[in-house]
Formats: sequence, C-alpha cells, structure tokens
Amino acid sequence: MDIYLPIAEMSVNLFVLLGLGAAVGFLSGVFGVGGGFLMTPLLIFIGIPPPVAVGSEASQILASSVSGVQAHMRRGNVDVKMGMVLVMGGFLGSAFGVWLFALLRSLGQIDLVIQLAYVIFLGTVGVLMFLESARTLIRTNRRRGGESFTRRHRHLWLHGLPLKMRFQRSRLYISSLMPLGLGFLVGILSAIMGVGGGFLMVPAMIYLIGMPTSIVVGTSLFQISFVTAVTTFLHATNNQTVDIVLALSLIVGGVVGAQLGSGISGRLRGEQLRILLAIIVLVVCAKIGYDLVVRPVDLYSLGRGH
Amino acid sequence: MSRRYRTPLLLLALLLAVLPLREARPQGLAADISAHLIAITTAFVGTTVTLFGVSDASNEIVVTMIGPRDEQVVRRKDQIAGIWVNADEMTFRNVPTFYFVASSRPIEQITHPDVQARLELGLQHLNVQPVDVEGREISEIAAFEDALIRNKQRMNLYVDEVGAVRFVGDQLFRTDVDFPANVPPGIYQVQVFELVGGQVTDAQRSTLVISKIGLEAEVFDFAHAQAPLYGIAAIVISIAAGWLAAVIFRRG
Repeated sequence: MDIYLPIAEMSVNLFVLLGLGAAVGFLSGVFGVGGGFLMTPLLIFIGIPPPVAVGSEASQILASSVSGVQAHMRRGNVDVKMGMVLVMGGFLGSAFGVWLFALLRSLGQIDLVIQLAYVIFLGTVGVLMFLESARTLIRTNRRRGGESFTRRHRHLWLHGLPLKMRFQRSRLYISSLMPLGLGFLVGILSAIMGVGGGFLMVPAMIYLIGMPTSIVVGTSLFQISFVTAVTTFLHATNNQTVDIVLALSLIVGGVVGAQLGSGISGRLRGEQLRILLAIIVLVVCAKIGYDLVVRPVDLYSLGRGH
Repeated sequence: MSRRYRTPLLLLALLLAVLPLREARPQGLAADISAHLIAITTAFVGTTVTLFGVSDASNEIVVTMIGPRDEQVVRRKDQIAGIWVNADEMTFRNVPTFYFVASSRPIEQITHPDVQARLELGLQHLNVQPVDVEGREISEIAAFEDALIRNKQRMNLYVDEVGAVRFVGDQLFRTDVDFPANVPPGIYQVQVFELVGGQVTDAQRSTLVISKIGLEAEVFDFAHAQAPLYGIAAIVISIAAGWLAAVIFRRG
C-alpha cells in the first residue's frame, strides 16, 4: 500500500516505513540506543531526500525519547539540573546547526555534509563498539564470569574551567561550560544528522563529565527530548523539511519494535549483540562511503533554488 | 479501474458527436482530454490521461502538455579528494516542471526548426533561459541544459514520444499521457497543433489542473504557509505519540 508523503512529495510503501520503524525500534529496544543514526541513512537509501529524512527523524526521535524518559524520571534516574545545562547548550547547537543546514542546502552541499558526517561518526562509533565488545567477549571467554571494575571519577582539566556549578544528583562540582559545550555539539549533530546524539553524549557523560552510569541514560534522554523538539520546530520553520506523515509512520512501527526489542533484550547475550550492532553500523557506514566515492550515474543533478 | 473503460466510451461518444459535424465542416481540429483535473491524494501513484481529437488523417498532429514554469538549479559534480562533490552550478529560468510532447511522426520531419522553437515543440526547443552566463562557454551552458533535460527525463517529468499520436480510422486521433507519482501540481497548458506542409494550420489550447487534494494538500499548505505553527503541531503530535506509547506499554 503506497502512501503519499506530503513534504517529501513522493509515494512510499507504508509497510516499508512501518517495517523500517519496527526494525530500528527493535534494535534500539535491544541495545538501548536511539536509532536515529541508523534510521536517517536508511531513509536516504529508500529515496527520501536527505533534508526531509533529517527533519522528520528529529520528530520521530522526539517521540521515542519522550516515551523513554518517563520511566527514568519515575525512577529518579535523571539529573534535571545537569539536563537543563545540556539542554541550553543543545538549543544553541540546534539553532546553529539548522542555520548551517539551510546555508549548506542553498549551496548544494547539504547532502554531502550529511553523508560525510555519517561516514565519520558511524565509522568511529562502529569501530570502537566492535573493538570494545570483541575485547570483552575474549576476556569473558578466558575467565568465565567476567570481571567488574569500578570506575572512579577522574578530575580532568576541563572540569576546572570557570562558571563552576554543583550538580547534587551527579555528585559533581564542575564547570558548567563542559555540559554546555557537550550539549552544543550534540545539538548541532541533531540538526544536521537527524540523530538524538545519545551515542556521543552517553560516553562523554561517563568518561568526560564523570557522571554516575545509573543516571546517564535518563539524563541524555531528557536532553534529547528537549533538543529534538527545538530541532523539529526550527527545521519546520526554516527549511520546511519535517514530514509529519513520514514521522508518524516511523513512530508507529518504532514503538512496537522497541517494545519487542526491550522485551527480549534481557534474554540475549549482550556482547555478541553489540558486535552485531557494530557490524550493522559499519555496513551502513560503508554503504554511505561507497556512494560518495563511486562515480555517480550522472555527474549533473537538479537542485533547489536559493 | 473505471478509467480503463471510460476512455473507449469517451472516444465512442466523441465519435458519435463529431460525425455529423464533419458533414457540415469537413476541415478543422477539435480535441479534448479525458480529465481536466487530476487530484493527488494519499493513494496517488500516477495516472494516465488520454488526449483525443478529430482532424484529417492526412494532417500531422503534435501535442504538448507543459506544467507550471519555475527556476531550476543544475549542479555538476567533480571528484575532489576521491569524493564526488557538487562543484559547479547553473540556474535556468522559465523551466517547465513537466513537459510532454507527442507527434504523429518525428517532429523534425513535419515542421521547421523556427516553428519548433516558437511553439516549443520538442525537448531541444524548450525556451529555458540560463542565468548568469557571463564568462561561460557556449558548450558549457549547453552541457548544463542537456543535463537538465536528461535528469527530468530520468524522473519521467520530460517525455518525448514520437509517433504516439495515432489515428483511429481517418479522423479520430488519440494519445496517452502518463503522469508519474512525482508530478508537480499546478496548471498545465495542453496544446494540440495541426500541421500541413510544415505550417500550423490549426491549434487548440486548454488547461489541465493537477492539485494536491485532501489531507496531504492541507499538510503541505500548512507546512509552507504557517511554518512555525506546523512546527509546534509536529512537536505536539510527536510528544503525544511518544506519551501514548509509554502509557499503553506500561499497562500491557
């Protein structure tokens, strides 16, 4: 059954969209990742114009993060103060990103920048994830039962920057410029790549800011839901690239997939799954990279006006 | 579905209607299309419109259907550091968003280039105007213009069908126009030319309206005319959907 997407101005099979939503939702349920970094490239692969894929993904991620953050809020796994600082940085980053997006679009370079950003980020994340899980897999195979190592908060020079703030929930007294800067960076990614940015924010919160692991996911979802809301608004206002019909189709598929995924995630072996995810990420990365390098069918293409 | 049966019926009706007329006025061109309004709805996957008319089978017929005109940017990629990057661009004005031409025989054989140019008969005779041509080679501009036409053809938005106008009997002619799912909305100019000895002896003009209808039209208009409000609506819908999902599955 084909459905006409009013903003993308094209017909797509509805079941393809629901299936994509479910598949990516399933993966995010299993792995606890947002899935935007997989969904946006997949949308581009099925022919959605990259700017519409990015704009619509923002509103889909908004839905899934709103859905996810509630459980964390109830359990008190959100550092709201830290979250608000991250959100402020995110707002600025998102505004800057959407402005940059519109500029690149008028220059005809937005598709290239989106693809390059994906190659770089997916490549890095995929390789790191693959190495990390391969290492753990080897280690656990060697000594059954594995090992648990405690990670203490290390004091980095970054923490000593001015504008120090006390974050009670995270038990930190650090410069607010750090979460502000991190939020800013993630906001830019959200606007240009159509991702939540959790894959960058979660490790940065643990390793750079030094937050307790238990509240990292909740706080990052808290930030993502605010920032993707702003990104959605800014893309809709400046670029008219938010296709709500596309987003809703993905949301519906996504919620079902995510529930199935989180349902079975406890019953699966984590490290092998992580290697699988790493491989998926690397395959998507390779495909985008290949498309950039291979000679296009036609060197000329039609673009939007200024 | 019903379109398939409607076309022959229409042709029959037309045949019956014009036969007596021909007695009174043996010469002249009359033509019409099977639909004057195409609605792009949620289920729209493209459509076919039949153009039919009467003339004398010894005449040549050329049919054009031209969509609304707009500016179009054409970009050229170059390989920079191994990556294909948009490196150059040209803008053209007065570019038809859709162009269809069909003729009873190859157009060059039935008329002259000046007539082709004046009436925009044929893909090579579109009156598109390159912008900012200073410092550009003629061949360079031509390459961009060819690329514009080639890309539009690949998207099925420019169609050149030689011999697609066929006479059924010695008076009635017809041709089918396929509109793809990505057909741009707007007012389309439909023109039918009757040519004798290379000159236009009669012409008929009418219009076809292609418009988005229903929910998607409203969504599109809303998104473009009231962008900030649309953005807020998108946020509200997404939050509501996410909230709903959380509530449903918490109980389940």
